Amino acid sequence: MTQYETVIGLEVHAQLKTKSKIFCSCPTTFGEPPNKNTCPVCLGLPGVLPVLNKTAVEYAIKAGLATHCKVQKRSIWARKNYFYPDLPKGYQISQYEFPLCLDGYLEFYVKDQKKRVQIQRIHMEEDAGKLLHDFGHPDSSHVDLNRAGTPLVEIVSSPDLRSSEEASAYLKHLRNILVYLDVCDGNMEEGSFRCDANVSLRPVGSEKLGTRAELKNINSFKFVEKAIEYEVARQEAILNEGGRVVQETRLFNSAKGITESMRSKEEAHDYRYFPDPDLLPLIIDDAWLKEIQKNLPELGHQKAERFERDYAIPHYDAEVLTAEKEVALYFEEVVKQCGDAKRASNIIMTEMLGLAAKGEKPFETIPAIELGKAITMTLKGTISGKMLKDVILAMHTEKQSAETIVNKMGGQLSDSSAIEAIIDKVLAANPDNVQQYKSGKDKLFGFFVGQVMKESKGKANPQVVNDLLKKKLF
Amino acid sequence: MELAHLTLFEIHQKIKAKEISCQEITAAQLKRIEKLNAQLNAFITLCPEKAMARAQELDQHLAKNPASDLPPLFGVPMGLKDIFLTEGVRTTCASKILGDYIPPYNSTAVQKLLNAGIILTGKLNMDEFAMGSSNETSHFGPCKNPWDLNRVPGGSSGGSASAVSSGISYATLGTDTGGSIRQPASLTSIVGLKPTYGRVSRYGVIAFASSLDQVGPMAKDVRDCALMLQTIAGYDPKDSTSVNQPVPNYLAALKKDLKGIRLGIPQEYFAEGLDPEIEKSLQQALQTLKELGATVKPVQLPHTEYGVPTYYILAPAEASSNLARYDGVRYGFRAKNIETLLDLYEQSKTQGFGSEVKRRIMLGSYVLSAGYYDAYYLKAQKVRTLIRQDFLNALKEVDALVTPTSPTCAFKLGEKTDDPLKMYLSDIYTINVNLAGLPGMCVPCGFNSQNLPIGMQLIAGPFAEEKLFHVAFAYEQATVWHKRRPTL
Repeated sequence: MTQYETVIGLEVHAQLKTKSKIFCSCPTTFGEPPNKNTCPVCLGLPGVLPVLNKTAVEYAIKAGLATHCKVQKRSIWARKNYFYPDLPKGYQISQYEFPLCLDGYLEFYVKDQKKRVQIQRIHMEEDAGKLLHDFGHPDSSHVDLNRAGTPLVEIVSSPDLRSSEEASAYLKHLRNILVYLDVCDGNMEEGSFRCDANVSLRPVGSEKLGTRAELKNINSFKFVEKAIEYEVARQEAILNEGGRVVQETRLFNSAKGITESMRSKEEAHDYRYFPDPDLLPLIIDDAWLKEIQKNLPELGHQKAERFERDYAIPHYDAEVLTAEKEVALYFEEVVKQCGDAKRASNIIMTEMLGLAAKGEKPFETIPAIELGKAITMTLKGTISGKMLKDVILAMHTEKQSAETIVNKMGGQLSDSSAIEAIIDKVLAANPDNVQQYKSGKDKLFGFFVGQVMKESKGKANPQVVNDLLKKKLF
Repeated sequence: MELAHLTLFEIHQKIKAKEISCQEITAAQLKRIEKLNAQLNAFITLCPEKAMARAQELDQHLAKNPASDLPPLFGVPMGLKDIFLTEGVRTTCASKILGDYIPPYNSTAVQKLLNAGIILTGKLNMDEFAMGSSNETSHFGPCKNPWDLNRVPGGSSGGSASAVSSGISYATLGTDTGGSIRQPASLTSIVGLKPTYGRVSRYGVIAFASSLDQVGPMAKDVRDCALMLQTIAGYDPKDSTSVNQPVPNYLAALKKDLKGIRLGIPQEYFAEGLDPEIEKSLQQALQTLKELGATVKPVQLPHTEYGVPTYYILAPAEASSNLARYDGVRYGFRAKNIETLLDLYEQSKTQGFGSEVKRRIMLGSYVLSAGYYDAYYLKAQKVRTLIRQDFLNALKEVDALVTPTSPTCAFKLGEKTDDPLKMYLSDIYTINVNLAGLPGMCVPCGFNSQNLPIGMQLIAGPFAEEKLFHVAFAYEQATVWHKRRPTL
């Protein structure tokens, strides 16, 4: 049986986070009633003309610069002609022969191995609308053009990816960059970040690309992996049986976990691209480009390096904390407040991300400054490390300040006479253990500490407990 | 002089002096339209109630405000080519596919005219989607030439030309993609100007071929034409191809002599195919221009012969894309008894578009299709650049070019309808000006032995409309052609 190598190229569509659409001033807000965010221009009514949104271009340039692309001084708007009911003009304004950005790359880690993927191009285009089939009359379909004219960038990679795992890592890295740039919200459920995957197989050692299938509109990291894995297995089975893979477009059926044929190459469209005569060539002047370059924000991987360096936290921590921009910013706020980076990192990674993993939104419920204050209390001994976990949970559910929660819980017990009373009580209740300890069974010390903590409901200051116990048992 | 044949300037004086009210003038126009439109078929849609209501409003405004402050088009009844979107007034582009379309907004040029005080009387006939040179492709039937009702008024702005010439619109706007203002102006003895591409906003004008279309005035004389351009010219942030350059005072360009003006005669425009009577009129006009002080010399435009084929690649290519939106899904005509989506598209377009429009959509789709793009569209773009360069080279040596506008006088209805190529050659002298993006103007310069009008075309460099006004006005003042009106 031949050994095959998987070859994957990705085309990512990212929705740019502009307030208004790319060729008119309609808002881009998600979730509005059908056709609320529309005007004659984005409805494609007779006589309308497109006017380019400068901010959209700026965002696309940022994406290009952050992926090491060469931003083209002159790019051309083209019309991509095809018929579909949600395409109001009968063509989509896109870029074709002369896109905004060319020749970039991304570098990221897959299982500690550095991987570099070439970016062939980034071009800008407008989104189409949506068809609603389960709305109003059961026999009719309806057209919602709220999304029509939303600015997109299409980021096209070279076929440099070799596994579903690499594809997923690439996507996560790319999404991270766009979110850090603040040019895309990266929301895959709402479709603001979606991808098509071109998947083919070739015998190991072969340079020639195999026949590919294009998997359309995948909208989650999980589905990307599943769709690619299914597709690789499907193609492998065909090749192993001596068959030939057909070039076609396939859709991922997430319910069944399989890919299904959508259309073959024979039915492929002839888009009849040509330069849009309603728009002038897009000229980017050097001054603007420099200005954008100068104001590029720190990206995720740059932040991770800085965290390692400046906060002296481990590489692993830095990677975890910068995986989401929101978390990285939060971490820095917490450190600013409490001054202990490692402690902040531990708490965020275990407690906060732990909650987030359960589907909670602790970064919204607990302001960074409050978490910082809570950590400071542990540093000062006002509360114990164990109590901190309960305090965080309470802050999250009750949405109250650290101080309020700690007051309510009664704070940490550091008063030595009170602790002494508890210790006496514990020792009196366990005479046998006291005897055994005194005759050399040192390990029982932990038992006494535990009993005292239990008796104090976790509030006793462990340091004070230790000191007093040692004295008493000596 | 008859009220209907007054110029914009003359009406303005009368309204200002309160010799006539807006309502009186509008009522008189509507009456004349009613009488003549049956013969001319110049109007597709009339809106008499709206027009009278607007006239009343304007009269009330006039009663309360000093007449000296009136904008120059105040109270002037006007019909507009049915390619301009008019809010709340049916706009069909002379096509069945937009037969019941009522737009929700005004085109920029229309809005500027309304702001200047015009009263919209209705929408004027044209070739369907501006595709034609005779006004015979209109879904609403052909418009007739007021000089001879058996003849065409030219196209595509045939209704506009016919209306101005016959005095049922005091002036108007047309659109010119390959000669659609100048050729009908020539065939009906009025003045028509296609400005520099980008001088007037195309926003709200139903697109035929976006890189060629330009809005321009059609009027009874040069001064009216200047006044109309003054009103509509200028940058529009809604049209990315409109040019942000100051609008000069065109009326100040109207001078009576031509001392120091250098005119060029493109040799290629006086070759075979030109009607001898037209050539004779042009030679007389050149003589007049010389007498007014202009110097005249021959110039060469070597790529002239490639203009028509280049145009009939580029214009249909753009049209095939611009007309894709008329698919029966969201507005306009939708075919009945439809089973599938493909049926909806095919039947709506098959039933909604006329044959000339279909011919151009097919031609355009073909030249843009994979494998043919380089051979046709791309090649045509390169030729277009050469044609523009020809003009710019020639215009380095002269202020303006003088050419015929149309190779023939108004032809008979039906004479060319069976031969599209013959029809396409009607624009042989005007098309290259659109490909070059330059301003071109047609002024009356005579009549043939059958009393059919002859027009002269003047061409200038980019944004040099003032030169056209200067030459045309001086010529007009020295001749009488513009004063003749058809008898109806």
